[in-house]
Amino acid sequence: MKHRGYYGPFGGAFLPEILVATFDELESRFREIKGDPAFWEEYVSLMSSYSCRATPLTFAENLTAHFGGAKIYIKREDLNHTGAHKANNVMGQGLMVKRMGKRRVIAETGAGQHGVATATMAAKFGFDCTIYMGEVDVIRQRPNVFWMEQLGATVVPVTDGTRILKDAINEAFRDWVTNMDDTHYVLGTACGPHPFPEMVSYFQSIIGKEARKQILETEGRLPARVYACVGGGSNAMGLFSGFFDDPVELVGVEAGGKGIESGLHASRLCSNDASPGIAQGYKTYFLQDDDGQMKETHSISAGLDYVGVSPILAEMHDQGKARFEYATDDEVVAALKLTMQKEGIIPALESSHAFARAFKEAPEMSGDDIIIINQSGRGDKDIFTVADAFDDPKWKDFICAKAGEYQND
Amino acid sequence: MTEFQGLEPYIRNRRKEKQILLMTHIVMGYPSFEASYQIVRQMVEEGVDLMELQIPFSEPMADGPVILKANQKAIESGSTVEKCMAFAKRVAADFNIPFLFMSYANILYKYGMDRFAQKMANLGLAGAIVPDLPPEEADDYLTAMAAHNLAPIYIYSPETSDARMKTIDAVSKGFIYCLARKGVTGKNTDFTQDMADYLRRCKQATNLPLAVGFGVKDRSDIAFLKGKADIAVVGSQTIREVEEKGVDATAPFIRSLMR
Ligand SMILES: Cc1ncc(COP(=O)(O)O)c(C=O)c1O
Repeated sequence: MKHRGYYGPFGGAFLPEILVATFDELESRFREIKGDPAFWEEYVSLMSSYSCRATPLTFAENLTAHFGGAKIYIKREDLNHTGAHKANNVMGQGLMVKRMGKRRVIAETGAGQHGVATATMAAKFGFDCTIYMGEVDVIRQRPNVFWMEQLGATVVPVTDGTRILKDAINEAFRDWVTNMDDTHYVLGTACGPHPFPEMVSYFQSIIGKEARKQILETEGRLPARVYACVGGGSNAMGLFSGFFDDPVELVGVEAGGKGIESGLHASRLCSNDASPGIAQGYKTYFLQDDDGQMKETHSISAGLDYVGVSPILAEMHDQGKARFEYATDDEVVAALKLTMQKEGIIPALESSHAFARAFKEAPEMSGDDIIIINQSGRGDKDIFTVADAFDDPKWKDFICAKAGEYQND
Repeated sequence: MTEFQGLEPYIRNRRKEKQILLMTHIVMGYPSFEASYQIVRQMVEEGVDLMELQIPFSEPMADGPVILKANQKAIESGSTVEKCMAFAKRVAADFNIPFLFMSYANILYKYGMDRFAQKMANLGLAGAIVPDLPPEEADDYLTAMAAHNLAPIYIYSPETSDARMKTIDAVSKGFIYCLARKGVTGKNTDFTQDMADYLRRCKQATNLPLAVGFGVKDRSDIAFLKGKADIAVVGSQTIREVEEKGVDATAPFIRSLMR
């Protein structure tokens, strides 16, 4: 193992000794497939038959008219199998696991989308599957827990720490240091020790490749800006990477929670509350205190509720290669509602962050400008959270009645 | 801590009198700093040869459930880096054995590598164990530790190749910490022929003394290690004993290991 996987000062591989050999193998396998055009073809063919690639690029005609500014397009990652971009990364890693000859996969999950995607991949390829999920997220994303279990995965609620995404990652690592001989850890975002940030971004780059081609086919020109929400950063890296060499502004949208001033948020790059640190095997901006202890984060969306961020995005932030903004919980719910009403499209709460920010900027842009919003996932999983946010009385009646039925069982 | 001339000579001298040395571990501030002090006192009085003082971290990736919980509780009840430093200074002054810091990379990184090493030297510590700071990522750390005459303790695992063991040996001082098995701290370990073979491999890769930890919990485990290693490391089991029976269970537990 060399000093490797750096993006400016960020990244690296801060590994416990027990995992060094496992990462050496992972890295060499990844180099092998990355240099092999046949692998990418196999991957694209799998994604177009098992999932719904290429996902459409939808012109949001009504939202465009509503805001009277830039032309708004939506990249429809929600139409992937299992309803989010997470499938791109998972199927790519699944093909690698087959090559490595391992028989078990583990994963962390926040929103549950990565967990569900991993569980389907495991079912399809015949792997055993364990998913670690913070106890708080198990409750707020209950529908996904149900599906993971039906798909044959074991879901382990994590009761340590803040009981959300970062704690699930720690637990997955604890499993891996024991079982690496037959187990692969399918990390769900562009974070963690090298080669994960590069590898996850590589599989997600399919989003940006398609989006660039699609917008050129439809409009004959490039967008002025593209928007993606940023949890760990994988859907953002996926979309952004399609436009790295273009004069396109890349806008990452973080979770503003209850507002930056409240301290209850997960904005690592656009706030001044984070600082460089080392945790979970890599160096990046973390929301941490002066001692280096990680802080509690907050977001209405489980998938963005994370203390760290992709080291690749951290470097792009410092170099001014991407702009980072935030959207608050309230703005996100409003954007979700508007998108449903105007377009009949239901974005995940995570994705709705990108919508919320784009809606702020679109009216001020020219009618000649094009923007693309990455709809990283669909909102069905958020039914409980959204019903609460809308305070929907009919939903409450239904839940009470259903609970009554179960109590009488 | 006064007259010992470096960690390795201390271990070698001590080994002349004992077949195997005992290193123990505490999480500073768990359950409280006063309790931590009493635990250290009892350990030293019962003949523990060296000690790891863990500065708690919110994301202790290499630790199992027992030490993980101790880290969290310590932080919750106000164990800060400054308080841990003050505590370390006190025990290093009061007890005449070498103390090592154990923590995760971020704690040192945030403090500043050189400032941290300088502080360690001032406090009278002998070295540090930082499980998520492999040699490849450790240039600043190694420079700082060398500048202040401190021992960076590195880790061998059963997964470490012979070639890599040599690389690690080249940057290590004091002793090498051999993980008895895969996994995290605090789970059971089988002390079998496999381990004897692995320890033989470790011995071939380095001239430094060998410590063995992860799952060492009683007298028979330690007896197994005699002749195969220089130091037995007992971590999670003391925390369990104290959790079940209170601080004063420390001395009888240590006695049961040594006898
Ligand atoms: C739908 C959706 N979007 C976005 C994210 C955030 O992850 P990332 O930043 O890696 O794309 C998640 C994570 O769970 C998600 O489920």
